[in-house]
Amino acid sequence: MIRLTRIAPGMLLAFAGGASAADLSLSVEIPQLPVAEYHRPYVAIWIEGADQAIAANLAVWYQVRGDHTKWLPDLRQWWRRGGRDLKVPVDGLTGATRPVGQHLLKFDAAKAPLTGLKPGQYTVVVEAVREVGGREAVRIPFEWPIKAAKRESASGSKELGAVALSLNP
Amino acid sequence: MKNSIVSHSAKLAALLIVMAPATSEAARAWLLPSQTILARSGGWVTVDAAMADDLFSFNQGAMQVDALVVSGPDGRPVAPQNPAKGRTRSSFDLELRQAGTYRIAVAENMVMARWEEDGKPKRWRGAPAEMATGIPANAAKLEVEQTQRRVETFVTVGTPTDVNPGAGTGIELKPVQHPNDLYARETAKFRFLLDGKPATDLEVEIIAGGTRYRDAPEEMTFKTNKDGEIAVTWPAAGMYWLEVSVQDEKATVPGVKKRRASYAGTFEVLTQ
Repeated sequence: MIRLTRIAPGMLLAFAGGASAADLSLSVEIPQLPVAEYHRPYVAIWIEGADQAIAANLAVWYQVRGDHTKWLPDLRQWWRRGGRDLKVPVDGLTGATRPVGQHLLKFDAAKAPLTGLKPGQYTVVVEAVREVGGREAVRIPFEWPIKAAKRESASGSKELGAVALSLNP
Repeated sequence: MKNSIVSHSAKLAALLIVMAPATSEAARAWLLPSQTILARSGGWVTVDAAMADDLFSFNQGAMQVDALVVSGPDGRPVAPQNPAKGRTRSSFDLELRQAGTYRIAVAENMVMARWEEDGKPKRWRGAPAEMATGIPANAAKLEVEQTQRRVETFVTVGTPTDVNPGAGTGIELKPVQHPNDLYARETAKFRFLLDGKPATDLEVEIIAGGTRYRDAPEEMTFKTNKDGEIAVTWPAAGMYWLEVSVQDEKATVPGVKKRRASYAGTFEVLTQ
């Protein structure tokens, strides 16, 4: 479906030094939880349009080893908004679950999946659901295209930690 | 499966007589799927079928599922597996290999008769074709009624697909909002058909599951409009039971005038 650029923290710094194209960067924290039975959460990250449909999928992390796609519908928001239409795995979009910590994602404004975005109001949604745990979605609204450098943040209360969105023109 | 309707109906009739509480109404009929939404990889669901007023506790009697028809997304029948008939519920498994929506329905077309024999009340319930043998020709104070009962639920693998009613008899659901795409605090429209045409001015009752844990049934009632539609705003996530019925004189069985058509559906409403 859509290709995207996902960049490791180290590479992000390397890129920042170069001739910079407009980009959208996201930092997503998966919090450490004091629970007896811990499983890494399934996480879906997408851009939602004003109609609440998925305008662009940014990342979907689930247990890729074995057939564990059966739990994808537990990402309820993502599933109903369009996750259910997606045939996984998708190269460059889907990947393995991530450990506790900060995860950085960077997307070039001139490249897929962002090229398809028409000017307007959007929301970045990060949704996480954890086996024997809970579900939580964090939303950060933004305007497209990027006109000025902007940094917005929000925080989950349980399943997600800090989420930060950086828009760089 | 259809061949067993007769014996099954006899058994059901016996069951109803044994179980009949103070009222003559039968217990609520429902199908309860183990889950309603599956990933694209498909999988198995188990469906319980029971007749019980408590939603969804199987504490009265099993529902006969001889008249079960499961239609896959392509409209073809899907065979139930591991069928079991217990005292309090029937159950069966479905392997869902295809993406799309499955309609799981127990649709019965029966005749019910009451009469008097030597001053004693008699009753019979059976298939229309068995009427001649089931009801004595000279039965006194004979009252006959056709019953068209449809008990239904839906399960979807991946993206929901159209669920078009096909029978054109009795009450059927023609969803406006897909029955596997319902969410708390959102409004869903449902359209009902009676004999294939909009079922207007009928009362629809919707009750959330977990009645055992509430002091009041907290039923919601609606009237179908001129298009046969109701609009439901779901108060919370959960499994809901819906029923709508009509009594008229449009029986389709020769020699029978009265008809009672009913529809009972089980729908899962998800969190936002």
